Amino acid sequence: MPSNRSNDDPERARRFRELALPHLDDVYTLARYLLRDAADAEDAVQECYLRALKHFDTYRGPAIKPWLFAILRNVCNAEFSRRASSPTKAIDDTPEAEEKPPLWHEAQETPEGAILRERDASSIRRLVDALAEPFRETFVLREINNLSYREIAEAAGVPVGTVMSRLARARAMLRAAWMAQEEPSE
Amino acid sequence: MTCDEAEILLHALADGELDAGHTSEVEAHVAACPRCSSELAAIRQMHDAIARADLTFTAPPQLRRRIEAALPQPQPAAPSRRSLLKGFAMGSAMSALAATGLVAVVLRNDDQQRIEAEIVSAHLRSLQAGHLIDVVSSDQHTVKPWFNGKLDVSPPVIDLTAQGFTLIGGRLDYVDARAIGAVVYRRRQHVINLFVSQTANTEQLKARTDTIQGFNIRRWGERGLNFWAVSDIGADELNEFGETFETAMRANKEG
Repeated sequence: MPSNRSNDDPERARRFRELALPHLDDVYTLARYLLRDAADAEDAVQECYLRALKHFDTYRGPAIKPWLFAILRNVCNAEFSRRASSPTKAIDDTPEAEEKPPLWHEAQETPEGAILRERDASSIRRLVDALAEPFRETFVLREINNLSYREIAEAAGVPVGTVMSRLARARAMLRAAWMAQEEPSE
Repeated sequence: MTCDEAEILLHALADGELDAGHTSEVEAHVAACPRCSSELAAIRQMHDAIARADLTFTAPPQLRRRIEAALPQPQPAAPSRRSLLKGFAMGSAMSALAATGLVAVVLRNDDQQRIEAEIVSAHLRSLQAGHLIDVVSSDQHTVKPWFNGKLDVSPPVIDLTAQGFTLIGGRLDYVDARAIGAVVYRRRQHVINLFVSQTANTEQLKARTDTIQGFNIRRWGERGLNFWAVSDIGADELNEFGETFETAMRANKEG
């Protein structure tokens, strides 16, 4: 079978639709959390799907979500570079990134058995949005996109061990913010 | 297990990512440690609160439309069906053959993932005690005749011991509700099952490697046969196996 099939190949396009389009909401959700802007997220998702179709031959299965997410992540990083003047920084993958002080100190003093007070979706979204990268990305991939550790590692291009430590850190930070009386202002 | 060791594993436990051995280890620690027990409860509490709140977004309809419009449109079915029928109407052997090939290609693409999953299941079954080999032999001239009369194909059986893959036997398996030949090799302590089935497609099919349930599976097609090599060895080693086999098969017409 020829490997250099064009985008116009109907069989290839049909397969792409069947595999990739059902995950549109998932891809859009991740884009919203990565970019924290609805219009930017729309543009990034559209670009992601165009790139995904173009590079569909590199998809090696079995799960397509991590592959799509990895592409979205590249698109978002390009968007961050474009926004160079804005204070938001690109997802930092260097080991030092994890050594930077977290937004909140870990909840070392969290009282045992303390109950998280119920927050509504928009309140929790604000807390997640306030998480620093790369912890936000890891947290969203796990808790909202429901990826396995291996899939997160594939999407983010890091070892599973890094996924585990980032996730533990992200949860500690989110919990500390959640327990705080005042929400971080937007 | 200490609390420090348990700390990160608590998350993996809550996320269902631990294997059975580690699960019981961490659970034993949690049962004996109030601090880790409350930490695990906190992780689960937050997970549940997040699941209840539903933090997903729905893609706006205009985004869906924009992406739909940017994708190549599906071909209208009518003209292609007409031309296919025309081919049959002409009654030429060539067009009938082409149509059969077309159907085979479509089915293969549709069924690929399911068949690969079945191949992996067959591989797993084979690893259970006493299921691996029906005919035990490292001699290709013993293994190959054994398949005679059991299959609609004669699987090429090639001894690759010199190249580091020891032939240890053959087996009859069932994939896609059909009998399929499995030639079994060993690489160090790892088993490689090479499944062989007939295909209507005689063109050479480029090798492609997937990972399913942690097993690597390399698939290729040649001379009217489909091959799937499955093993827990690394993808690079499995590719080496496939390439070695393909080379030997081309060199050895006896195959």
